Amino acid sequence: MKKTKLKIVEKKTSLFMRLVLTILLCFLVIGLGYAVLSLPMQAVGLSAEVATNVEISGVVNPVTAVLLNYRAYDTLLELGVLLLALLGVWSLGGTYINKSSYVNPVLDFLTRFLAPIFILFSGYLLWVGGFAPGGAFQAGSVLAAAGVLLFLNDWHLNTKYSGFALRLVLIFGLVLFIAVGFSFVFLDRVFLEYPPQFASGLILLIEAAATFSIGSILAALFLGREPTTDSNSNVDTGGK
Amino acid sequence: MTPAFLYALVGIVLFTIGLYGLILYKHLLRKILAINIMGSGVFLVMVALAARTEDAVPDAVPHAMVITGIVVAVSATALALALMLRVNEEMGQAVLPEDREV
Repeated sequence: MKKTKLKIVEKKTSLFMRLVLTILLCFLVIGLGYAVLSLPMQAVGLSAEVATNVEISGVVNPVTAVLLNYRAYDTLLELGVLLLALLGVWSLGGTYINKSSYVNPVLDFLTRFLAPIFILFSGYLLWVGGFAPGGAFQAGSVLAAAGVLLFLNDWHLNTKYSGFALRLVLIFGLVLFIAVGFSFVFLDRVFLEYPPQFASGLILLIEAAATFSIGSILAALFLGREPTTDSNSNVDTGGK
Repeated sequence: MTPAFLYALVGIVLFTIGLYGLILYKHLLRKILAINIMGSGVFLVMVALAARTEDAVPDAVPHAMVITGIVVAVSATALALALMLRVNEEMGQAVLPEDREV
């Protein structure tokens, strides 16, 4: 793979065109602003429905209840979208950006210091999502940030794990979500409906699996290419 | 004018600034950044309008949509950047074919 450089050369568009565009976009701002301001000052939206059902949803935090219970289908499909994006990135083959092999000592020290804290904080966010702002997406993003820090320091996954094991972690959240969704279909419930007495545990289970998957997918997206499984290869690759 | 509407208007302005950049700039990295700014504007509008409830607790449904939206936007950006690098590798410059300077 050849190294590439990104040229940023931009020819200025003529002043007249920019002026026309600015005027047109001003009309857009006025139109959209009018649309927003004509909305009622007070609107409850769906918060009444969310509040009345939150005690049988298994969690106290209404946002988590919406994400993992009322509109769990959205969240399920969204995990699929993440995987599709990763599939797209991997199928493009990946490109190397010019990068020096010099590892910054400050970055190195900070990474050693911060990566464990990020992982701990990710676990905290996952747990706290049940009753306060937090949850699988936030926890997964923090986990991915730890992975990005490690990648910046030339850390890479042992090639032993970058094949099947990595793919298992990547799809684990989605697979578990679908499995839980279907597991009560046979007990006269619809897809993704949880019995209230188990809802809390099931949501935590799904969120824990989703955290690992989201974190690893985002970190793998940052890496930008499929990690090689060939241990003889000199190309530095990684995955999380 | 409540703070919620002020934030929503800021979101609209952000969206429009992003649209300006998307239309005007040819370099794909700038276009991707512009789309991200547009997305941030949309998220700001959604979160702001969710706060129009009488009590202090905002509507949770738009908030949940924004959380999923942010993660989807990040992954879409990653895919766009990978496509941009590929275009750069194939064509020697990261611009769309119709914008090429020969």
